[in-house]
Amino acid sequence: MGTSLDIKIKRANKVYHAGPIQIINSTIEMVKPGKFPPGKTEIPFEFPLHVKGNKVLYETYHGVFVNIQYTLRCDMKRSLLAKDLTKTCEFIVHSAPQKGKLTPSPVDFTITPETLQNVKERALLPKFLIRGHLNSTNCVITQPLTGELVVESSEAAIRSIELQLVRVETCGCAEGYARDATEIQNIQIADGDVCRSLSVPIYMVFPRLFTCPTLETTNFKVEFEVNIVVLLHADHLITENFPLKLCRV
Amino acid sequence: MAPADGAAWALREGACPSQSWRRGRCSLGSAGGSLPLTIMAPTDGAAWALRSGACPSQSWRRRAARRGLCGRATAPHNHGGRGRAGPGRELRTGGPRRRGHVTGKMAVFPWHSRHRNYKAEFASCRLEAVPLEFGDYHPLKPITVTESKTKKVSRKGSTSSTSSSSSSSVVDPLSSVLDGTDPLSMFAATADPAATAAATDSSRKKREREDNSIIGSDFEPWASKRGEILARYTTTEKLSINLFMGSEKGKAGTATSAMSEKVRTRLEELDDFEEGSQKELLNLTQQDYVNRIEELNQSLKDAWASDQKVKALKIVIQCSKLLSDTSVIQFYPSKFVLITDILDTFGKLVYERIFSMCVDNRSVLPDHFSPENVNDTAKETCLNWFFKIASIRELIPRFYVEASILKCNKFLSKTGISECLPRLTCMIRGIGDPLVSVYARAYLCRVGMEVAPHLKESLNKNFFDFLLTFKQIHGDTVQNQLVVQGVELPSYLPLYSPAMDWIFQCISYHAPETLLTEMMERCKKLGNNALLLNSVMSAFRAEFIATRSMDFIGMIKECDESGFPKHLLFRSLGLNLALADPPESDRLQILNEAWKVITKLKNPQDYVNCAEVWVEYTCKHFTKREVSTVLADVIKHMTPDRAFEDSYPQLQSIIKKVIAHFHDFSVLFSVEKFLPFLDMFQKESVRVEVCKCIMEVFIKHQQEPTKDPVILNALLHVCKTMHDSVNALTLEDEKRMLAYLINGFIKMVSFGRDFEQQLSFYVEARSMFCNLEPVLVQLIHSVNRLAMETRKVMKGNHSRKTAAFVRACVAYCFITIPSLVGIFARLNLYLHSGQVALANQCLSQADAFFKAAISLIPEVPKMINIDGKMRPSESFLLEFLCNFFSTLLIVPDHPEHGVLSLVRELLGVIQDYTWEDNSDDKVRIYTCVLHLLSAMSQETYLYHVDKVDSNDSLYGGDSKFLAENNKLCETVMAQILEHLKTLAKDEALKRQSSLGLSFFNSILAHGDLRNNRLNQLSVNLWHLAQRHGCADTRTMVKTLEYIKKRSRQPDMGHLTELALRLPLQTRT
Repeated sequence: MGTSLDIKIKRANKVYHAGPIQIINSTIEMVKPGKFPPGKTEIPFEFPLHVKGNKVLYETYHGVFVNIQYTLRCDMKRSLLAKDLTKTCEFIVHSAPQKGKLTPSPVDFTITPETLQNVKERALLPKFLIRGHLNSTNCVITQPLTGELVVESSEAAIRSIELQLVRVETCGCAEGYARDATEIQNIQIADGDVCRSLSVPIYMVFPRLFTCPTLETTNFKVEFEVNIVVLLHADHLITENFPLKLCRV
Repeated sequence: MAPADGAAWALREGACPSQSWRRGRCSLGSAGGSLPLTIMAPTDGAAWALRSGACPSQSWRRRAARRGLCGRATAPHNHGGRGRAGPGRELRTGGPRRRGHVTGKMAVFPWHSRHRNYKAEFASCRLEAVPLEFGDYHPLKPITVTESKTKKVSRKGSTSSTSSSSSSSVVDPLSSVLDGTDPLSMFAATADPAATAAATDSSRKKREREDNSIIGSDFEPWASKRGEILARYTTTEKLSINLFMGSEKGKAGTATSAMSEKVRTRLEELDDFEEGSQKELLNLTQQDYVNRIEELNQSLKDAWASDQKVKALKIVIQCSKLLSDTSVIQFYPSKFVLITDILDTFGKLVYERIFSMCVDNRSVLPDHFSPENVNDTAKETCLNWFFKIASIRELIPRFYVEASILKCNKFLSKTGISECLPRLTCMIRGIGDPLVSVYARAYLCRVGMEVAPHLKESLNKNFFDFLLTFKQIHGDTVQNQLVVQGVELPSYLPLYSPAMDWIFQCISYHAPETLLTEMMERCKKLGNNALLLNSVMSAFRAEFIATRSMDFIGMIKECDESGFPKHLLFRSLGLNLALADPPESDRLQILNEAWKVITKLKNPQDYVNCAEVWVEYTCKHFTKREVSTVLADVIKHMTPDRAFEDSYPQLQSIIKKVIAHFHDFSVLFSVEKFLPFLDMFQKESVRVEVCKCIMEVFIKHQQEPTKDPVILNALLHVCKTMHDSVNALTLEDEKRMLAYLINGFIKMVSFGRDFEQQLSFYVEARSMFCNLEPVLVQLIHSVNRLAMETRKVMKGNHSRKTAAFVRACVAYCFITIPSLVGIFARLNLYLHSGQVALANQCLSQADAFFKAAISLIPEVPKMINIDGKMRPSESFLLEFLCNFFSTLLIVPDHPEHGVLSLVRELLGVIQDYTWEDNSDDKVRIYTCVLHLLSAMSQETYLYHVDKVDSNDSLYGGDSKFLAENNKLCETVMAQILEHLKTLAKDEALKRQSSLGLSFFNSILAHGDLRNNRLNQLSVNLWHLAQRHGCADTRTMVKTLEYIKKRSRQPDMGHLTELALRLPLQTRT
């Protein structure tokens, strides 16, 4: 029978917090040479994450250009006659909450045909007036984005109102910058022709896998934005963009 | 057979009993059909002479019997009028010739009955009565409980509780064990009143607190609404289910520029539950749709059970998406019901799973746990569910799925639900379609009431939010949609009702009057408030509505004609008034105002839906005059164009309500329009249903027997309708039910002392209900009862008139019985009626019954159908025959037919009957016959019928009679012995042994063992019983002990000797 090797991380569905300690790539010996008893052997292990040199231990992040990933590898060296066994496994790193209090930055907005840019023929647009506010564009990553939106008037029937969360990665390289925007979540907050003058809540939970605190390093940037997208009948699409700053408190 | 004939015949009976007797016999013979028309002419001249004589039947009979006996001794005549087969004849043809044949090689044993002194035997069996001294112990003596009067150290203000029941004579025997003090009073005496008060106080407070958070049984649950909604909101249009299970690439036209294809696909994977499959089921009928949804519900459960949690979530999301689709809008309420069922299932599954994760080896989470008791894994899992749901893109599924697991917030924080509910309430504002949004609110209220009924604020918020969006109904978007779907506003608005009713019901549950008033005021303020008004009336407490009935009528009148249908409003008001009473002074005005509007409704359907409800109110508060007016109005509306054909359920419901309020049927039938109303039920099945309802109520509420001609006429008509619905296809159960109802009626008819009227009623009933056997049986019993009643009234001495009447009753039974199908019903009724005839001194008629029974026995089939199963009939026959023998003991012999003619005839039939091959029943019966004959040979019989001389007084122990009797016994014994002989085969030895012993016992009980040959026979039988080791030793020992015991009794000394001759077999 073959021997198999498996790594199990305690609390597999739990995120791991680690302080900004320096060094990565450390090796520890788990057991001294010897013989395992037949059957399943479980060996508990634990080690601090030390960052190499003066580098920073970033949060786990899977993006398009930027990937920050941490893996564990376990090697089992065996005698000449048997193959060595190897197993790898990803683990997730969350940075420790940042010190200090977040200052709220509320934003009020009004959307009318006049406020729009990129319009070819403004005269053809149906009239509408949409007001609203975001409670803060400085967001705690674990707290939802909140606000309110009121359709005061609209000539055309409304089909849908959505919140689009967009992540923008910027990479610096020899030729200049590479910038890529990705929709990572789209949440519909109104479906159909909503009642006029009645406030509709803006509410969006940040997805855990695709968001991280806004990151700005010498080599790359990871930023987030939210678009309020209003779809009118006759395929009019109105978008209002708000940059966000995410942090972990 | 014409029923009147029998009665007429009976009444025709002449003045001379003997003459009429003969005529009666002939008529009976022809009427019975199976009886021989001519009875063998006796050879005896004396009998001839007597037959022409006119003397009282009894004395005539007695003399004739004696003479007949003499005649028989010299010239035995053949009774085999119907030419029976050989062996049967043996029993009847007397004389020495027969003896040799029957017994064959076996020795002939004569029979000698033991002389019995029944009186002395009875006295010796009785227990001796011993007077009981006062104070003696006796288990049945009433016990008196001595109350414990513990003196309490009574505190100030506490009342002394020495309330004690006086020692009554009827006391629980159990308390006797308790030494006079029962534990409850002891407990009461020791309980500290202050502590008890404190305890009850705290428990009351606790209850009050719980009252707030637990819905009582007075809250009508959703479950009871669902069926109604599904039945009411239906469609014949084709439906479609669109499950976007494939990737939506290129389909979602939202030109989201900034989205990379890869991420997009990744996100959308959450939406499919079977990769790449996109199902769009078109052209479904409503039933298909329901089935599909049920399949989805099942696949949700399956997915969950097979640990495919993500697939389960996807199914739920897809299902909730269907609720954003408002095509075929008439079906929307039902769709909501179906899909929220799935959501409920899902919510329960998730909650239970997380709950089960909190259970570790040591402890189970209590029902009212707090989040601190929940372990991290469970919390993390719960949080994951919420994260997943928060990322659902579309609003409606996100709302529904989150609402469905609202309860799970309990695992995360104490305030979770109270924070979530307002947020979800606000979220609904984003739903543009007012119908979709009101149903979403209804669902949230439903979940909210279930999980946190104390959070009333959210309920109210939902109501007020709804009022804010109310104007949307008349907006362009909705109106355009209605035009596209071709739905009119009056049929669109009622689609809101189930949801609104539910929301209103949740809010008004245990709500203070002020809130209800406020809600009503706010509804009033909105234009075209009929829809709201209707929901207010549907959901608010009936008392609240009823007291304001006049206000509501005013508001209804003011409503816009074009919107919500007015008849629905009146219907809702009527429903409230059926439950709660309006102020006395308003009642008539309410009815007048309401009916003024109702009567103007043009559409018969709308009209009858309304009228149905208001009939209840009318019946409750007004007299038959008003009810009749209302019924007349319904007839007027429903008759043109046979509109009643489409409204049978409503019309039925009207009838039910009327009969529920008029328990007095004489009043009911005097409601002028009641019977004309019944005429509207022209479809037979419905008509019969209505008749059944009427009869059920009659049977339930009619206390006293009645002879009211109005009731009788009407109910006979009703019963006739039920009876006439019976045909070849009618199910047995249905027939049973109808017969039960008709019988219930027949039992309730009584003309008091007017017996003739009573009988003619039974005659009429028989002609009407001839297809229902149980009714005929009931009628026969009723007539028999009538005869016995007559006898009772006359104290056994019939006058000429009553004698004739009783004979008429007897004739009724005689001609009715043959029309029954059930063979045992016929047999038992012949026997029973014969007994009644005997009790009423109708001897010849009794004979006829018994003869009829005898001649019917050969027709008893081997197997009979009992409750749908075929069973062997022999045991029933055995039972019947034993019963029959008991009656035959007291039936006096017919003067013309020789000694024991009935018994002989019966024996012949038993002989000829084809018995089961391997059964001993025939011999068992013979043994019983032996008992009968022994009883018949006594000087005085064990029992008698009043005023009927049985054979004991007829023959007065005449030796010739006894000789005849003994001869019969011999024949029977010979038969028994013959049978025993045939059992001498290996496989039958056990039967031989037990039969032998049973015969032995019979001889012991009834035979005179002083007779040597009988004595010898018993010894032989004893040996036979033990011969092959088949006998049960214990039984044998007991039997022997019994014989020894008997031998010590006076005149039983000869048994001592017998006992010595009975050895016990020793087992080797």
